[in-house]
Formats: sequence, structure tokens, C-alpha cells
Amino acid sequence: MVEKGTWVIKEGFADMFKNGVIMDVTTPEQAKIAEDAGAVAVMALERVPADIRKAGGVARMADVGLIRRIMKTVSIPVMAKVRIGHIAEARILEALGVDFIDESEVLTPADDKFHINKHDFKIPFVCGARDLGEALRRIAEGASMIRTKGEAGTGNIVEAVKHMRAVMDEIRHVKTMADEELVGYSKEIGSPVEIVRMVKERGRLPVVNFAAGGVATPADAALMMMLGADGVFVGSGIFKSSNPAKMANAIVQSVLHYDDPEELVRISEDIGTAMEGQEIATLTEKMQERGW
Amino acid sequence: MKIGILGMQGDIEEHLATMEKIKVEAVRVKSVKTLETVNGLIMPGGESTTMLRLLKLTGLFDLLKEKIKNGFPVYGTCAGLILLADEVEHPTQDSLKILDLSVSRNGYGRQVDSFHAEISVPVIGDKSFDAVFIRAPIITKVGKVEILASYNGMPVFVRQKNVIASTFHPELSNDTRIHEFFVEMVKNAFGS
Repeated sequence: MVEKGTWVIKEGFADMFKNGVIMDVTTPEQAKIAEDAGAVAVMALERVPADIRKAGGVARMADVGLIRRIMKTVSIPVMAKVRIGHIAEARILEALGVDFIDESEVLTPADDKFHINKHDFKIPFVCGARDLGEALRRIAEGASMIRTKGEAGTGNIVEAVKHMRAVMDEIRHVKTMADEELVGYSKEIGSPVEIVRMVKERGRLPVVNFAAGGVATPADAALMMMLGADGVFVGSGIFKSSNPAKMANAIVQSVLHYDDPEELVRISEDIGTAMEGQEIATLTEKMQERGW
Repeated sequence: MKIGILGMQGDIEEHLATMEKIKVEAVRVKSVKTLETVNGLIMPGGESTTMLRLLKLTGLFDLLKEKIKNGFPVYGTCAGLILLADEVEHPTQDSLKILDLSVSRNGYGRQVDSFHAEISVPVIGDKSFDAVFIRAPIITKVGKVEILASYNGMPVFVRQKNVIASTFHPELSNDTRIHEFFVEMVKNAFGS
């Protein structure tokens, strides 16, 4: 019997991204630069998060024509973002045939109460999370991949570190729990006990977990890998730097060599200026607070 | 005996976990130095474009090609098969040119077309194998390779001397028989 869109197919696809870099792109030309640099996938969107932040207003799913052109340009998987809870945008992307949907806090939420029931889709979803409870709620809704949220568009790694450390600390905590503690803990973090039990058994999230939101240098990417990320999303960090091709190249290599400081020296040399960063305290709106 | 999992990018951990299940020592290989310490190598699934680029940057590309030509046992899964092929299409890309076959990337289509299916793999026994095909390549032309399994009339698992390769991902099935088959291959090569 032939089966499509099952959990194995969706989660297994996310496994293929492991130890790789997924890059935000806004044009087919940028997508080509990302592919040539060794990105494992591209995220097609109209503006990178730094520009979304500047522009203000309502940020929505990208134009279908733009996504289609990017899909035609590269041979690697293409992801695209939908607003939190926007079932119709997700159905459009599924029918278009994008490879992965990011139900993302970087766009303006469409539903202030519910995220999409992702089990209903043949296409896999990735969702953001700031801690273990949030990650497991998204997995309960059918997310096949998690990315820690960080604070998109800031070029500041501090929030990404905070969220990755939170998830990893909580996983370590769950691993040492007695079975009778699991129900109480599930109630405390607001996620189903079955998935908490899975975390205890496997000693990790039951799906792939990437870092996102603030990666601006090869060292930032290496840091997130050191903290236990399975891979890295780079949003504004590539195409807001002074030399995107060099920066993209360097970040791809730093994810491979994250544990080898001598390689990181070589990789970090003469790669141009990283994107301008922002202090978190000066932000008027935190994207990470969207969703629950 | 030690098996290496090529560690440029991809689902390296899934192969390591399968090796742990069958109690065979395995390590991630990302340098020339580590490659010299293993008796056989699995090339995992992932993005072949990324792996190809990193293989060249790390200097593993040439060394690996030479080793395989001299009898070093290798098993390529999905992206690994693409890297081992003689000719890669859709789009055209460089490869190690080890296996006498042509392969078309993403041959079944995009992720919506990914699937799993029960296939017959006689070399590992009579029981069928639940093969997971993810944005899998299609082998479009074969030369001097032995076909170990087919799906819909097209080869999906092949052997040529010291190399085996599949377009599907046994590391994602809860079935270790193909990994055990490869380990036997390595043992035989190692022993001789």
C-alpha cells in the first residue's frame, strides 16, 4: 500500500534538514545565492523580518507568484510562511505545493486563540516555541518541526539563546523525572502527557528542533549548534549583511564545524559586515509574544 | 570494526541510532582524519547540493572517491545515492561518479508527492520492507549495477561491487535489515 502525508513522511522530511541552514529569501536571485552557498532549504517571503519590523502594518503570506518563481528557480525545498491560525493561507500553500509551511509569529496573527490543526494537512509544518510547553503544544497540533523563536529581525542572538536554553533545560529536567511526576508536570507546562512521556523516553523533542530569530554571524550559528539545535534558520542575517554570498557560505560551514574553533577562525575571516543589530529593550513589539 | 556516517549534513543521527540498535560502533565523519578510522561509510539523506559543496570544501570529495574505487564499502541513501551516481540530472550536478547509473533528482515531485510503500528486497529476506521515499530521486538509466529492489518497475536499491545505494531511507523505517546487510558487507571486506 502506498501512503502519502503520514507522520513518518512529514517528520522524516524534517530530519533531512538536520545539520543544515534554512535561509529567508525574497527574490529568485536570492534563492539561487542561498542554494549555491549550501542552504538545505529556502523560506520564501516578501520581506525579511527586519524589514517587516520597519514597515509595520499587517504582514501576510507572500504573493503566490513570488513563491512559485522561487520554487521554479531552485532544486532545494521551498518553505513559506502563513499567519498563525490562518487555515486558508495554509490550504493555498498546500495546493501550490510548497514543501513546508511555517506557521509564523513573524507575520501578524490571524487568530488570537487557536493555531492551525496541522494534522489535517498533507504538508508538514514548522512552528515557533519559547519553551518546552509551547513546543509540545505545537507538536500536539501536528507540527513536524519546531524552531525556537528568538526575536526575528533583530540580529540579536540573546532571545534565541534564552529559548533554546529553556527548551534544553526542561528536557533535561523531564529526563530525570519519575513517571508519577509526568501528569503534574504536563499540567504545569500545559501540554499533553503522552508527548511529555515521549520526551522523557527519547531524551529530546520528538521532532527536529532548529534555532531561529537573531542569527547574524557564523559564530551565532555555531553557538546555537553548541546549545543543541539540530540546525539553524537565518532570516535577515544573510541578505541584510554587506556580502550575502560570503555570509551565507560562512554560516553553512559554521554549522558543520561548530565544535572546531580553528575552523571557525578560518570561516569567520573577511566575510563583510553582519546585519545591524537591535537591543531587545528598545523594541516596541516583540514578535515572540505572538502565539501561546 | 567501525562504521562511519558521512557527517556533512542530513539525518546523520538517525543512521547512528540505527547502528546503536544493532550494536555496531558508528561515528560521524566530517574530516579526512576520521574517514581514515572507519571500515565502511554510510552516506545519509539530506540535501545533495549542500553535501556536495561541503565534501569539496573539506577535501573529502577526492579522498572518498579514491577510497571507494579501491574497495572501501559504502552505502548511499537518497542524497547519498545521488552523490555516488555517474550522472545527475534535474538539474545537472557534479557527483563522485562511482555507480554506473543516471539519476533524476526529486524524480517523484515535491514533498506532497513523498510516500512510503512496501517493497520486496530479496537479499534481506522474504518479508517486505516499508520503504520511505522523501523527495526521492529516480534512477533513470542503469549500466553495470545489480538491481536489489524495484518499485513500480524502476530500480530503487542497487549494488555495484563494494557499493550499495537506495533511493529510499531505511533509517526512517523501524526495520534494521538493510543496515545489517551493509554491516555484513563491511565485515566481509574487512575480514578479507
